[in-house]
Amino acid sequence: MKIPVSWLREFVEIPENLSGREVSELLLSVGFEVEGVDTVGDVRGPLVVGRVKTIEELTDFKKPIRWCTVEVGAANGNDATPGIRGIVCGARNFSEGDLVVVALPGTTLPGDFTIATRETYGHISDGMICSVRELGIGDEHDGILILPAGSATPGDNAFPILGLGDEVLDISVTPDRGYALSMRGMAREAAIAQRVSFNDPGLVLADLPEAGGTVIPAASDDYQACDLLVLRTLGNYNPAAPTPDFIKARLAAVGVRSISLAVDLTNYVMFELGQPLHAFDADKITGTIRARWAKAGETLETLDGVKRDLTTEDLVIADDARVLSLAGVMGGAYSEISETTTRVVLEAAHFDPTVIAKMSRRHKLSSEASRRLERGVDRMLPPVASARFAQLLIEHGGATFEGTSSVEQAPDPIVISFDPNLPGQVAGHTYESATVEKILASLGCSVDTSKSPWSVRTPSWRPDLAAAIDLVEEVIRIDGYEKVPATLPTAPAGRGLTELQKLQRRAGLHLAGRGLVEVRNYPFVGVAEFDALGIPASDSRRHAVQLANALSDEQPLMRTTLLPGLTGALARNISRGFTDVALFEIASVSLLSADQSATGVTNPPRPSVLQRPSATDIEALEALLPEQPLHLGALLTGALKPAALGAKPTPASWSDAIDIALALGIELGVEIEVSAGEYAPWHPGRCAALSINGELIGYAGELAPKALENLGLPKRAVALELNLSALLAAANVVASAPAIWTFPVAKEDIALVVKADVAATDVLNVVREAAGELLEDIRLFDVYEGSQVAEGHKSLAFALRFRAQDRTLAADEVSAARQAGVDAAAKSFGASLR
Amino acid sequence: MSAPNKSFDPVEVTTLSPEVLAGFVSEAISAISAANSLDELKEVRLAHTGDRSPLSLANREIGALPPAAKAEAGKRMGESRGAVNAALAARTQELETLRDAALLIEESVDVTTATGVRAQGGRHPLTTIQEQIADVFVALGYQLAEGPEIESEWLNFDALNIAPDHPARTMQDTFFIGSEDSGIVLRTHTSPVQIRSMLNRELPIYVICPGRVFRTDELDSTHSPVFHQVEGLVIDKGITMADLKGTLDHFAQSMFGEGIVTRLRPSYFPFTEPSAEVDLQCFVCRGTSVDNPDAPCRTCRSEGWIEWGGCGMVNPKVLVATGIDPEIYSGFAFGMGLERTLMFRHGITDMRDMVEGDVRFTRAFGLGV
Repeated sequence: MKIPVSWLREFVEIPENLSGREVSELLLSVGFEVEGVDTVGDVRGPLVVGRVKTIEELTDFKKPIRWCTVEVGAANGNDATPGIRGIVCGARNFSEGDLVVVALPGTTLPGDFTIATRETYGHISDGMICSVRELGIGDEHDGILILPAGSATPGDNAFPILGLGDEVLDISVTPDRGYALSMRGMAREAAIAQRVSFNDPGLVLADLPEAGGTVIPAASDDYQACDLLVLRTLGNYNPAAPTPDFIKARLAAVGVRSISLAVDLTNYVMFELGQPLHAFDADKITGTIRARWAKAGETLETLDGVKRDLTTEDLVIADDARVLSLAGVMGGAYSEISETTTRVVLEAAHFDPTVIAKMSRRHKLSSEASRRLERGVDRMLPPVASARFAQLLIEHGGATFEGTSSVEQAPDPIVISFDPNLPGQVAGHTYESATVEKILASLGCSVDTSKSPWSVRTPSWRPDLAAAIDLVEEVIRIDGYEKVPATLPTAPAGRGLTELQKLQRRAGLHLAGRGLVEVRNYPFVGVAEFDALGIPASDSRRHAVQLANALSDEQPLMRTTLLPGLTGALARNISRGFTDVALFEIASVSLLSADQSATGVTNPPRPSVLQRPSATDIEALEALLPEQPLHLGALLTGALKPAALGAKPTPASWSDAIDIALALGIELGVEIEVSAGEYAPWHPGRCAALSINGELIGYAGELAPKALENLGLPKRAVALELNLSALLAAANVVASAPAIWTFPVAKEDIALVVKADVAATDVLNVVREAAGELLEDIRLFDVYEGSQVAEGHKSLAFALRFRAQDRTLAADEVSAARQAGVDAAAKSFGASLR
Repeated sequence: MSAPNKSFDPVEVTTLSPEVLAGFVSEAISAISAANSLDELKEVRLAHTGDRSPLSLANREIGALPPAAKAEAGKRMGESRGAVNAALAARTQELETLRDAALLIEESVDVTTATGVRAQGGRHPLTTIQEQIADVFVALGYQLAEGPEIESEWLNFDALNIAPDHPARTMQDTFFIGSEDSGIVLRTHTSPVQIRSMLNRELPIYVICPGRVFRTDELDSTHSPVFHQVEGLVIDKGITMADLKGTLDHFAQSMFGEGIVTRLRPSYFPFTEPSAEVDLQCFVCRGTSVDNPDAPCRTCRSEGWIEWGGCGMVNPKVLVATGIDPEIYSGFAFGMGLERTLMFRHGITDMRDMVEGDVRFTRAFGLGV
């Protein structure tokens, strides 16, 4: 909301020496954030009113040029001919005797353009006659600006006449304060902030001449939707009457284009008082003007040239023949004020804010009128605002007053029962009753303090004040939030984070400690990414939650896997010149069950907000949502650790991906089982399925060459993704200490030859089981395939560590345990010692 | 010295004489001193204390002496050998010290060539700042509350007194699932976690809820469709706006330093009343840059305050919607943007740095902010 300070000053006393910045501070103290202060027209220097005395047409040039003498009065300085200046001008829209605006030498116009005396087209041009655009107060550039005859005297300072130099505040108004979208509302706030009195223009009904003429009757079909409709009919309007410059200037300052006097005045009064108004060409009206619901199939061409289909939920203003406008949102083209309009009927009405908001939303049409009406406009304002309009149209457009018609259903006044101690209880601060009363009165409330609790009748211009808490807020706000003290409430003794929260942190720390870098990717994915990863058509990861309004058509889905985000982040790092990159992400994914639709349901539950929803309601709300477990994803390419000097870096391999998962499992006290897996986008021969107690939690290994090629990623990149929620749930929160035996260790290595397709981990498990409790540790340290073993076989080398709890092991005990392991492997897998 | 013995061999008497022995000792000691390495010293030791050394040979003669002379010659021999051995031990130690020192010098390296030990991992500052904030409030006794990112519209809007026609509820701002009528949205703020807390937790409620939220803004240097907030909620008997102010001041000091305070400015949020914007006193200039062109502050643009978030007293309508009696309980809520907090706290100038996953960005923060 743009507020020219000069306009504000019409309704509230603001000390002359206060700058726009200082007025902003004032408004900030009562909660209005000023986003900026602009000065109208960035003009400095001697800008004056001039009267064109003579015009000489110069025809020797490519374009027609005029050599003028202009009377500039006392502002002439030491010119040879007192009061007269010679000026060259290219515009042609003026005649001798016109009043114009002259920038004398030394004037600086917008764009830092300083006027100087110069020779041009064979004459000395001693100034410039200005257009609206050159002055930076509008876009009109059809010719120079001509002031109404008799409106000023040559030599007058042009700044106040054009509203130049006025400071304009750009105020952000919160949606509950519709009344503040007007000079009237902001002036009241400025008065409250300064603790000065306020003469409310919204309470002054303009004196209108006696009515004389035919009045267009008013009607409302639904007093819920439109409880007040006021029509003022005016005749003998001169459609060519110009809009006074000060009105044009003010409209320009608030960002409204000048159209015609009648239309400009509807806007002017709306900005002044806050009441949206609509003017119709009265000669286009048939019968009664009525607020009613649209009928199915009706259409309306609005002023923006759009032909709109109406529904029975659209409130319209119509006459007996047709729909005239979308009530409170936008007028219709048929009945608009035109260059030939001589009779005007003005509509001022009060509408249900919800009706306007819905229409504005449905038609994707937000106007200055709808913005105010959907926030709530003073119910008592239509007669006042319409009279103000009529007064101005009579004054500036030569119109005559024909009469008023109106219909209304008066609402019950809002009376709030109010305990004056309540503001203090909410703020934690004491407010004297007298202060509370004074603040409420300054808002316009009538306060009856004779009984306790008080009875507070709220003003019609504050429909947002409906409950005691609304008054509490006003008392604290006007008294000043800075007066609220600071205390620290005591929470019950806490127990810290939950185990899962602690474990999640530990997982992140563990991974970062291993050299992985955390990323936080967007959760948006698309089918193309699934395709690139080679995820099969039937894969459940493609059954993803779908956005109605994705930012990108390429990514309309919510992620079911972290891999697309990770591959994107990896590609960015690669493109920035990094070759050794290890990324991880911990984030939720959304997994729809087979019977949940990607687009949700059609009739979602909407429990009442007037009470706690029932358990059934809560369950139904939860059932709308997909499962959203935390996943852990990691993606690595190149070396996880820089190589030692002179050594070659070791690139991360499929086994590193698996090891990251296993090590995290060890950190969290969970044994993760590894078996061969086959799952896109992993390389089918280098993919480990990860499980806990037989429950699959994810996959790790090398990515498939085709997927990496599709994504433009380096060959052999490795990845893992697992359900972190499942891993954390299985975590052993309270680790048990192992028995630390100190008798001497006995170390044995064995190499077992098995068929190539036997999984090493299966062999290891069998050996471990059979070797018994003397075996403290077993580790695979080499795998060999080649000429030393039979075709189709491999040799697995294990390091075994034996130790007894209570004695030094004898050689035969160790060899018996070792042999038991070898025998078991032979039995289970046909393994032979190499 | 004993008297001469008639029966001894004059030659042997010579080798055991004090003068001769002293000569052996002094020869040995000068050879020991002259030895410049442990190897040389080993040869010296063999030559002067070995089986064929003059002292050893002389020692053999003691047995041939008359008993009366044995004791004296033995004592002399012992002293001589002791002197040589002491010199040997001393020189050995000297030479070993020199050898060890030389070895250390020889083994020295250019320590600045160390590689392969630098920690390369890092946690994203958006993760660690959530943890740091949670820790501030956990220390006050709060619980860390969480909720889903895909959320029902009822929890995200209705229950928070955001009416169906509220402008925020359009596709201009909110990501809808499926269609605008599905009742499912990407949460636009962390406030539905408040509702979940009020529905599911025992009173009183003291919770802090950080999390990811979504609005339909295109990514640029200051906006992102996906961003993070932290929200605090307290519901208890007798909670006041002063409690809110005190809690915000405590929060500000925990994050930005001793003495930093907050300022509340009136505002509007449907789910709080009274509502306020929270400004943070500039933690860099502490207000000294205001109207002081000689010492401008980049962090607060010389305004002395930094816009930090929103807050207010929980609207009684919200309490009613979750079944809490507003006559008995009151509460406050506050919320801050974490990207914004990181940006001014750590001098991040572009939102995209937090989004793109460049390893340089995250590594700069290590394991915590």
